[in-house]
Amino acid sequence: MKKIKSLADLLRIRDEQLTGLQAREKGEVAEDLVQVKVAMATCGIASGAKETMEFMTEALEKRGVDAIVTKVGCMGYCYAEPTIEVKLPGSEPVVFGGVSKEKADEIIEKYIKGGELVDGIIPVNYETVD
Amino acid sequence: MHLLVCGGTGCKSQESDQLKEKLKKELSKQGLEDTVQVIMTGCFGFCEKGPIVKVMPDNTFYIQVKPEDAEDIVEEHVIKGRRVERLLYTDFNKKQLRIALRNCGVIDPEIIDEYIARDGYSALGEVLTNQSPEETIELMKASGLRGRGGAGFPAGLKWDFARKNEADQKYVVCNADEGDPGAFMDRSILEGDPHSVLEAMAIVGHCIGADMGYIYIRAEYPLAIARLKIAIAQAREYGLLGKDILGSGFNFDIDLKYGAGAFVCGEETALIHSMEGDRGEPTLKPPFPAESGYMGKPTNVNNVETLANVPVIILKGADWFSSIGTESSKGTKVFALAGKINNVGLIEVPMGTTLREVIFEIGGGIVNGKKFKAAQTGGPSGGCLTEKHLDTPIDYENLVANGSMMGSGGMIVMDEDDCMVSIARFYLDFTVEESCGKCAPCRIGNKRLHELLQRICEGKGEESDLVRLRNLGEVIKDTSLCGLGQSSPNPVLSTMENFPEEYQSHVVDKKCTSGVCTDLLEYFIVEENCIGCTACARACPVGCISGERKEPHLINPDTCIKCGACMEKCKFDAVILK
Ligand SMILES: Cc1cc2nc3c(=O)[nH]c(=O)nc-3n(C[C@H](O)[C@H](O)[C@H](O)COP(=O)(O)O)c2cc1C
Ligand code: SF4
Ligand code: SF4
Ligand code: SF4
Ligand code: FES
Repeated sequence: MKKIKSLADLLRIRDEQLTGLQAREKGEVAEDLVQVKVAMATCGIASGAKETMEFMTEALEKRGVDAIVTKVGCMGYCYAEPTIEVKLPGSEPVVFGGVSKEKADEIIEKYIKGGELVDGIIPVNYETVD
Repeated sequence: MHLLVCGGTGCKSQESDQLKEKLKKELSKQGLEDTVQVIMTGCFGFCEKGPIVKVMPDNTFYIQVKPEDAEDIVEEHVIKGRRVERLLYTDFNKKQLRIALRNCGVIDPEIIDEYIARDGYSALGEVLTNQSPEETIELMKASGLRGRGGAGFPAGLKWDFARKNEADQKYVVCNADEGDPGAFMDRSILEGDPHSVLEAMAIVGHCIGADMGYIYIRAEYPLAIARLKIAIAQAREYGLLGKDILGSGFNFDIDLKYGAGAFVCGEETALIHSMEGDRGEPTLKPPFPAESGYMGKPTNVNNVETLANVPVIILKGADWFSSIGTESSKGTKVFALAGKINNVGLIEVPMGTTLREVIFEIGGGIVNGKKFKAAQTGGPSGGCLTEKHLDTPIDYENLVANGSMMGSGGMIVMDEDDCMVSIARFYLDFTVEESCGKCAPCRIGNKRLHELLQRICEGKGEESDLVRLRNLGEVIKDTSLCGLGQSSPNPVLSTMENFPEEYQSHVVDKKCTSGVCTDLLEYFIVEENCIGCTACARACPVGCISGERKEPHLINPDTCIKCGACMEKCKFDAVILK
């Protein structure tokens, strides 16, 4: 990492990140990939989010789905951990709760591959400032 | 096309299961079962208007949908593409607004670039490049941001004090001690968005003239600590911490200090002593930390959530922030919802949201549809809010006026099965355990309060004990040295105020109406369930159960020794405790 030397420098890095030009590992643009976020705060991890994340990463790789799986903080739905958010290219993100390995498998097969929703969606009940 | 049917607890209790089946049936009648899926979801946070159906992808929202409405939805909406007006809901006013939690669940907390992409460190850049410290402080004052760690002191004013105290060295401290039972707001922020706190600390440093900051965090938060360490290392690599930040000539660095997890160490003077390696005991204020804090130098102490608000306020402006909330309390508050509530979790609501909205809409109502009894805010320093407070807007002043306080944001919900005397005793258990012992009113007084409550729960209380509880409580509040003692009687006083009849029945009738205090319960045979099999009577070691064969039996409470043998033997759930 090189040092950021001024506010202008910082804003440039921000804009690079925003436009997604920052090439990801696979040299693809994030918008065109399936993006999976796993809530990995203490409560999520205690309910098995780590296993879910590992499973997701491996299974998507094995099944040839181009995806980015990242960990994020608490989404607030402690009653429905582990929670994940899935964003298919060109659609709104969808949050799923209670994502065990079996559920993760179903989400990959039905939603990620076929665009067909499955039970266990958590409606996002908050607005976030940008 | 998808039909999303709410399967949250609130809607399920209003036949959303039947609704789902009916929708499926209607769809298959039309041969659409393969093209339109019916999906069960979690709570939408509109439980009072349930059951909810959302049609995707056109985002139509239907409320109070009965199974008999299924036909219309399928025939009109699905087939003809016409919305069913009478069920339509358009007033999309989401109850929650995430400001402090804006990045939690959104960015990878271990990747600084993701924070930067969400305008991270831009506020620091703005402050260093385009604003004087005085301007930033004025902006904070105008925003109305108040401390989220308990007392609600205006943040900008606090920074101003620290700025005006001349010294060769000053410090910024982030209070991440979070000791209230049931609270995990600060932990979640640090785990999900550590950079927002680092950025805010640097901003405070610039405002008050400090070049060093410490985060005092309890060692029981390993994940938060790990993510903070990563965040600090990344910020240093980018030069966002360290020397000459963003070419402005401003230096600032941050280190962690670990707490052993004593509740009193969350009190700012105790926290500072603990940071210095001394015993974590509070000292009298003044001097305030802003005058003489860490190492005797002017120190600004702010809570994690307070800090997490700062960068957004700088970028979006004071007017934006002060347009949210109530007259006296601006912005939002994060609460950790726990207890007998369906949607246990972390929520962030604008100040002024009512308890009813929090519990019945966002929180999804009470577990098993039981009756709401009370909500404790402010943890062991706070009090309970009851049914009559359901429509009171939640803000600092209203909570205090109703015998509770904001505290750091724990909210524990209780239902009809909770005994308020036991709840008060639970919090005093905690206080007695956590009192540092420095001053007598708190060390000895709370112990006596606890003993009185214990006696009452055991059925040995007298009416005069109630007077004693109240008097002692008031004395402890008035004479304790620090906030712990000054607020420790609140749970007792507030439950006595709101539930006098419960204290009365414990003391006078020796009854615990919620069935919690086992010493006050009696074994009792429910006539309708008893088939008169005599099993209990044969098991009773003192022969206090009478009754003819095939007739309901009866326990004589005067001779019963409460051994429980009858209850164990009865196969018909006829023996109960009450
Ligand atoms: C017994 C006791 C415990 C406290 N625990 C905490 C705590 O865990 N976290 C916190 O931020 N403030 C706690 N406080 C409040 C702090 O003393 C202080 O007011 C606060 O950190 C100031 O930050 P703020 O103005 O941003 O709220 C506690 C106070 C008392 C009396
Ligand atoms: S009030 Fe309690 S915790 Fe505070 S100084 Fe006195 S004994 Fe210690
Ligand atoms: S064991 Fe139960 S059902 Fe039988 S007599 Fe006793 S209370 Fe009645
Ligand atoms: S609790 Fe024991 S003593 Fe009392 S009625 Fe039942 S068996 Fe008899
Ligand atoms: S909106 Fe359906 S349970 Fe809350």
